[in-house]
Amino acid sequence: MFFSRKSSSIPNRFIGSDNSSFMNRILIIVLILIIPAGLFAQITQGRLSGNFQLDAQSYRADSTIGAVAVPENFLTNSYANFRYDAGDFSAGVRYEGYLNTLQGIDPGNDGVGFPHIFAQYRHDDLDITVGSFYEQFGSGILLRTWEDKNLGIDNSLKGFRVKYTPIDGIQLTGLIGQQRIFFDMGPGLVRALDGNIVINDVVPLLRDKATRVSLGGSFVSNYQPDDDPIYILPENVGGWASRLHISRGGFSMESEYAHKINDPSADNGFIYKPGHALLINTSYAGDGLGIALSAKRVDNMSFRSCRNQNLSKLMINYLPPISKNHTYSLMNFYPYASQSRGEMGLQGEISYRLKRGTALGGKYGTQLSFNFSLVNDIDHQMVNDSTPIWTSGTDGYTSEFFRFSDQPFYRDYNFEVERKLTKNWKFSAIVQHLQYNQMILEGKGGMVNAEIAVLDITWKIKPKHALRLETQGLWTKEDKGNWAMVLAEYSVSPHWFFSVLDHYNYGNPDDTKRQHYLIGSFGFVKDANRIQLSYGKQKEGILCVGGVCRNVPAMNGFTISISSSF
Amino acid sequence: MKIFTSFITLFFITFGVQAQKAKLPNVEVKGLDGKMIEMSNIQKEGKPMVISFWATWCKPCVKELNTIRDIYPDWVDEADFQFVAISIDDSRSQHNVAPFVKGRAWEYEVYLDTNSELKRALNVVNVPHTLLYDKKGKLVWQHSGYSVGDEDVLFEKILQYSK
Repeated sequence: MFFSRKSSSIPNRFIGSDNSSFMNRILIIVLILIIPAGLFAQITQGRLSGNFQLDAQSYRADSTIGAVAVPENFLTNSYANFRYDAGDFSAGVRYEGYLNTLQGIDPGNDGVGFPHIFAQYRHDDLDITVGSFYEQFGSGILLRTWEDKNLGIDNSLKGFRVKYTPIDGIQLTGLIGQQRIFFDMGPGLVRALDGNIVINDVVPLLRDKATRVSLGGSFVSNYQPDDDPIYILPENVGGWASRLHISRGGFSMESEYAHKINDPSADNGFIYKPGHALLINTSYAGDGLGIALSAKRVDNMSFRSCRNQNLSKLMINYLPPISKNHTYSLMNFYPYASQSRGEMGLQGEISYRLKRGTALGGKYGTQLSFNFSLVNDIDHQMVNDSTPIWTSGTDGYTSEFFRFSDQPFYRDYNFEVERKLTKNWKFSAIVQHLQYNQMILEGKGGMVNAEIAVLDITWKIKPKHALRLETQGLWTKEDKGNWAMVLAEYSVSPHWFFSVLDHYNYGNPDDTKRQHYLIGSFGFVKDANRIQLSYGKQKEGILCVGGVCRNVPAMNGFTISISSSF
Repeated sequence: MKIFTSFITLFFITFGVQAQKAKLPNVEVKGLDGKMIEMSNIQKEGKPMVISFWATWCKPCVKELNTIRDIYPDWVDEADFQFVAISIDDSRSQHNVAPFVKGRAWEYEVYLDTNSELKRALNVVNVPHTLLYDKKGKLVWQHSGYSVGDEDVLFEKILQYSK
């Protein structure tokens, strides 16, 4: 999923601004009705709280790294939440401003407004929300609305949601709404139901058993009128999912299967094949040892409330990438993103702690972790002898459920050792091998094979003063070639930090692109208030949070970030 | 829109100013055993409570919680308090939280904030973020980010409020 500054905006016919002002009026009426009723006493006992964040960046052209200036000179993203909680009642409003939108985030956001307003009432078994809300059924593979400001994602639903717990162990959720796109609403009408049963809570005989079992099921339907000139499209696209969770002691097994009826869309090239997704997570958590193993299969499972949308806009479901979300920059240089058209993968992670005071563990203990992920394309066969796969207006392809295609998307093997050497010295070392299908994931190049190494050392110089040194290397013959990275960070707890960071593309096949990307930063923290200033060059790269990524262009200039919780 | 904004402002002015009694919002989180529990049922009466927001993919968070693990036995000896770590991992890495925690021998209570509902309700901007509630459940201190030594500042606060 990548944004570019020039990406096309949404056609006007999909913008339902009349609709949103109508929704606002309904909200006001509901709020006015809720507030004066018996809640008055509670409300005066409540608490006002919130948070605030501002990110501003100046842009100077630098042809050596491909950074461009912007006509505005600098751009800002900002938001502030205000929230009121009183007993069973909560209400909140969020301001958002994109003046104009920072590069790397969809410029469709440009503007200022209060796009998120809600009121919620929770009492015993009942939970009612009106306005904007976030919801997730199970693992989210059929429905998840969420936000991430760093990625410019917010697909919240605006409408009405009820949650009801008729008896202990059973929870029912029903909702209806339209999804947010920038400061407007998408054209689809999303209706959804979910039920969850914890068997042990419902059957008294099983209440104290060590084995715990829960079951869940969801149904989601999206209505969008068919205005396609060529195809007859389903106006109501329905999907269902079922899930099972069994746990006993440290063992756990969770699985969810989702199915969606045919839903020709821009994502799947307007084929009429139904979609599905399967996710299985198993784990063991014991004393000093943890093992997690997952399997996933996705087949044509993009689900949006607008069939013509792309990137992260108006997504109803969330397909979690089956790979580790790395934090060190060069390990995250080639990140994996879920392929809604089709993928099959496995992931595993082992965490093991060598106890303190043992020969191998040393005085303070040692942490070992190993993680791998393997993802391939799914199998594709032609629907008949004369129709190429992915032909619009047909069923597209058939696919054998358990067969991997021989097309690899991603391979990642990484091993980490963390150890405290003395009272004041700590280190962490990582080696990683990567295989990254750049053609599938970015639409350019071929397969990238890379080795990565990281060494992160922390030296506590004296109480509250620490120096952290991070060095990283990435070695590859493909794409941009080799990289080195060095970071030095000096912190004085709890208020100050200073850092200097350099990425150096010393192995770029093109001599003129062997550039340094040097950034200096300084920050001040007081309680929950932070201010951070940086100046320097930022390399082009993919920023990923929670499995969703955006492409950040090369930048040169000042950055200021301010955030506060109150 | 304008009407609504002014209405909300009026609402906050009327009711917000006079009341500052902080209680944990009624948000449900998931235990590592899969059980849902309300935040208000997690806090033990008469003890200050630390809530530390973290994620498996957040390096400073893991550093902070590893550091606290090493000194936790001393903390527990010196103060009567409750330490709760809330993971904001989403369904990409949530299944790995229990193995991650046990594999690092963290002894604190850990819960999952499956779709960041609690994170929003407590106005957390980024992880790591630490909140401290006093014995009566009132929010008395919060801190965002982690630098080496921040754990000492946190423990001073815990001592101050556990007396």
